[in-house]
Amino acid sequence: MRSIVCIKRVPDSEARVRVAAGGMAIDASGVKFAMNPYDEFALEEALRLKEQSGEGSVTAVTVGPDEARETLRSALAMGADEGVLLRSVGSFDGLAVARALADEIATRDYDLVLFGKQAIDDDNMQVPAMVAQLMGLPCATVVVDLKVEGRGATATREIEGGHEIVEFDLPGVVSAQKGLNEPRYPSLKGIMAAKRKPLEEKDVTLADPKIELLGLTPPPARAEPEIVGEGVEAVPELVRRLREEAKVL
Amino acid sequence: MADILAYAETRAGALRPVAGEVVAAARAVADQMNGQVVALVVGGPGSAEAASDLSRFGADRILVCEAESLNLYQPDASVELLASVTASVSPAAVLFAASAQGKDLAARVAARLDLALGSEATEIEVEGGSPVISRPMYGGKAYGRFRFLQSPALISIRPNVFPATADPREAVVESLAAPQVTPTTRVVSIEAAERTTLDVREAPVVVAGGRGLQDASNWQLLEDLGEALGDDATLGASRAVVDAGWRPHSEQVGQTGKVVSPNLYFAVGISGAIQHLAGMRTAGVIVAVNKDAEAPIFGVANYGVVGDLFEVLPRLTEEIRAVRRSDG
Repeated sequence: MRSIVCIKRVPDSEARVRVAAGGMAIDASGVKFAMNPYDEFALEEALRLKEQSGEGSVTAVTVGPDEARETLRSALAMGADEGVLLRSVGSFDGLAVARALADEIATRDYDLVLFGKQAIDDDNMQVPAMVAQLMGLPCATVVVDLKVEGRGATATREIEGGHEIVEFDLPGVVSAQKGLNEPRYPSLKGIMAAKRKPLEEKDVTLADPKIELLGLTPPPARAEPEIVGEGVEAVPELVRRLREEAKVL
Repeated sequence: MADILAYAETRAGALRPVAGEVVAAARAVADQMNGQVVALVVGGPGSAEAASDLSRFGADRILVCEAESLNLYQPDASVELLASVTASVSPAAVLFAASAQGKDLAARVAARLDLALGSEATEIEVEGGSPVISRPMYGGKAYGRFRFLQSPALISIRPNVFPATADPREAVVESLAAPQVTPTTRVVSIEAAERTTLDVREAPVVVAGGRGLQDASNWQLLEDLGEALGDDATLGASRAVVDAGWRPHSEQVGQTGKVVSPNLYFAVGISGAIQHLAGMRTAGVIVAVNKDAEAPIFGVANYGVVGDLFEVLPRLTEEIRAVRRSDG
């Protein structure tokens, strides 16, 4: 199995996010960045598929700044064979990113293209399905189970209140949801080996965005929090206020 | 004059609950642009009949493509239908639900039509005759306002945020032929979850538990509270308890789980890690029960109770049952 895994460098989920002066970006100072957590599931799945089939390759591709090299190194440490950095400042327009990825993927041989279901920075959840549509490939998004037999694949998608079973023929595109697998931790050996694995870098120019950021703001303030009381004695007062004040019961 | 196209999704011949929200949101935008709302319904047998209900939320025209083969979501067919309907209607915006189906489809349509997509909008305004959206980013830790440099604007709206306001009118229902496509991706079946409850993203009331419950077996306490709250309530969980294997991934609330906006959110035994707060801070009313008065969850809770959840929860369930009984 030859897989291409598209990954992204994002602020860690535990990071505090502050809007930078000017209101057009987040303040990256002091923010820890990491591989998008959903991408780890995608990468793990690719590694397992290669191991199970006993042959093939795993290529990690990212669109991002110079610093995204570290994210690729993490992927190589987990077991990817090679990394490709498409150097760009990125875009809020998912379609511009999808085009750059599709152009790169089209130059390669592959059976499967994997993504995390969404990046936890833009939260767009667009690029996987866009790449598939641009390339005319079948696609299953938000996948929690994947079975590949020969040239056929069966994916289980998470939907509201259940799962959808999707069939397609390879090559295809899959986006990973938590639950697909348990991503491995890089071994010391893997981390050492990653330093010697090929990492290709090239500059890409993304298409002009068709959606424009007007401004970023902190989330709307919530009402002043309040402690109603302590222990079971507070319960009748809590219920009264949920009914009479908040009117939600 | 500019019309708005609303993709009103179905499953197994019935409209999904978010369909009304999408049509009502389209109505609100269309009213500001002096346009009509055109609803597109794609589905299996029963869809045409179900679709007529959309006039209740303000649809002026309802286009229905009903076919046995479309009983489950078939992305390739829906993409082609949206492409042709968008071409014929020339809307100023196309609205989808930011649901499992809507998000998958909207991204494909954007690529098919070479248009940008604004995902998970929580607000749509009209400025200078075109839509401007606000949407949570970074798991809700920041909000972005975006305008479109194209027409139509493609927008998916977050479930449970736009009210399905009634605005009844006489709607024209037209049927569309199923598109002739060779599907690359085939949805063959649906498996329902064990509990036929609402999804945590779509439920008006969420009862969520964390590590404070100490063991998976104690979830009965949350189940009881959820049951007392009625059919609108469903269960949620913190990342810690999902990682511990106590609850399924589908229930996880947070930046790396689901971002939810119910009217009422109970955080029980959840301390309030940053990534959890990001996932629920847009809830209408937040109630927190935690034994640690310093827990960050109390910083966002409208109503906090400091105490032992094993004592507080049964009493809360009992009180809620009592008031619901008295309401008849």
